[in-house]
Amino acid sequence: MSKATSDLFAAQTNHKKDKHVYTVSQITQDIKLILENTFGEVWVEGEVSNFKAYPSGHFYFTLKDEGAVLAAAMFKNVNKDVKFKIEDGLKVICSGRIEVYAPRGQYQLIVEKIEPKGIGAQQLAFEQLKNKLFKEGLFDQKHKKELPLMPFCAGLVTSSAGAVVRDILQILKKGAPCVDVVIRGVRVQGEHAGREISEAVNDFNQFKQVDVIIICRGGGSAEDLWSFNEEIVARAIYNSQIPTISAVGHQINVTLSDLVADVFVETPSAAAKVIVDKKNALLAELDGYRYELSSAISNILHRLKNTLATLKGMLKSPLDRLLEKQQLLDELNSGLNSHIQHALDMWEEKFHSLMERLEALSPLAVLSRGYSLSSLMPEDKIIKDASILKPKDLIKTILAKGSFLSSVQEVIKDEGKTKS
Amino acid sequence: MKEKQSLEDDIRRLQKIVEELASGKLTLGESLKKYEEGVKLAQSCSSTLNEAQRKVELLMKKEGKYSLEKFEDSPSQEK
Repeated sequence: MSKATSDLFAAQTNHKKDKHVYTVSQITQDIKLILENTFGEVWVEGEVSNFKAYPSGHFYFTLKDEGAVLAAAMFKNVNKDVKFKIEDGLKVICSGRIEVYAPRGQYQLIVEKIEPKGIGAQQLAFEQLKNKLFKEGLFDQKHKKELPLMPFCAGLVTSSAGAVVRDILQILKKGAPCVDVVIRGVRVQGEHAGREISEAVNDFNQFKQVDVIIICRGGGSAEDLWSFNEEIVARAIYNSQIPTISAVGHQINVTLSDLVADVFVETPSAAAKVIVDKKNALLAELDGYRYELSSAISNILHRLKNTLATLKGMLKSPLDRLLEKQQLLDELNSGLNSHIQHALDMWEEKFHSLMERLEALSPLAVLSRGYSLSSLMPEDKIIKDASILKPKDLIKTILAKGSFLSSVQEVIKDEGKTKS
Repeated sequence: MKEKQSLEDDIRRLQKIVEELASGKLTLGESLKKYEEGVKLAQSCSSTLNEAQRKVELLMKKEGKYSLEKFEDSPSQEK
């Protein structure tokens, strides 16, 4: 460069001394320094829009409110820890650094942390996953399997060391000691819990020997119960061929495990009681059958008894008729008897009167008036005509009192009386 | 499980017997036979349910194979 030229340049430079000229890079560099040093770590609240997750794993989106927009980027190394799904329309609070991206002349927020506004990240993640699984139909009633009539073998997915196992074992021992228990010990909170729980459910399905799987944990904070909200757990329960009972936490916590399981109860103890209740219900049902059996058989016997009684009645009537005839016969008989008696009486009376008349006509009565009766002996033939007599004939003469024998002296043949 | 299967079968059979008996279409001889069978079934189901023997085991998995081990509840906690 010649001196003149350099002078010229110097003059020009001098001329521009009040008006400093930056290159684009320079000024961008200055802006970058100023912006980045001025703001440092900031918290920004806004609504997510134009959210894009790039194949590289980085997230790009815009934060906006009524008056402005702010570009935001969240890189892969930090966004993997975000539990909920970032989506357009979501109100969030982000923390990060303001950074100037020189190639685009753009300032943006490099997001380090992102929190949904109003609710916790976990709660949001829960709601989002719940919504997703709901849309897939994982909670549909039509997928719920019936518990077996009587689960004789229960598989427990829980911590094998906790009070939960002890409670369940005690309730079953007292209420349904016929139930065998197989425990698959798992961690119920922490980073690995979700995987272990889902594996345990799968294991029971491969093992096949249990009638029901109880997925349970005692109460705790929402954080403690987080594993039971993991998608992997929900899917394992949904895919289980063996009916499942979810009993996680206490009344206030409803986990995805609860929603997807076939039966959902509030506490582990309640899960054990489901089995006890099944047993008791079955026993009551059996009592009912026993009662129905007895009443059916006694109905049958009663009916047969009635039929028998009717038949007996029908059999009785000829007998009755026979008895009637007998009675008639008896009556006739007694009538006959009285008739005969009457006839006999009549005859007796007649006989007596005849006898009296006979007596009146008796020769003895004549004799008493002084007459006598003579008969020729030994023939004892009554003598009515003296002409049959000859002297010396022996004659018996009967008087009113006594009699005597005499011999004939003479026979007088005229009307005169014979004298003995 | 065998036990469960036979219980479910028995209860189904029992339900059928109760129905048949209640229908009143059987002869006295058949009825008495069914009654006897029903009472026996109900009895055996009840005693299965009232069975007081149970096992408590741990399901273990080693190299893809399952095994059952006796579960020992810590006695100090039992009290």
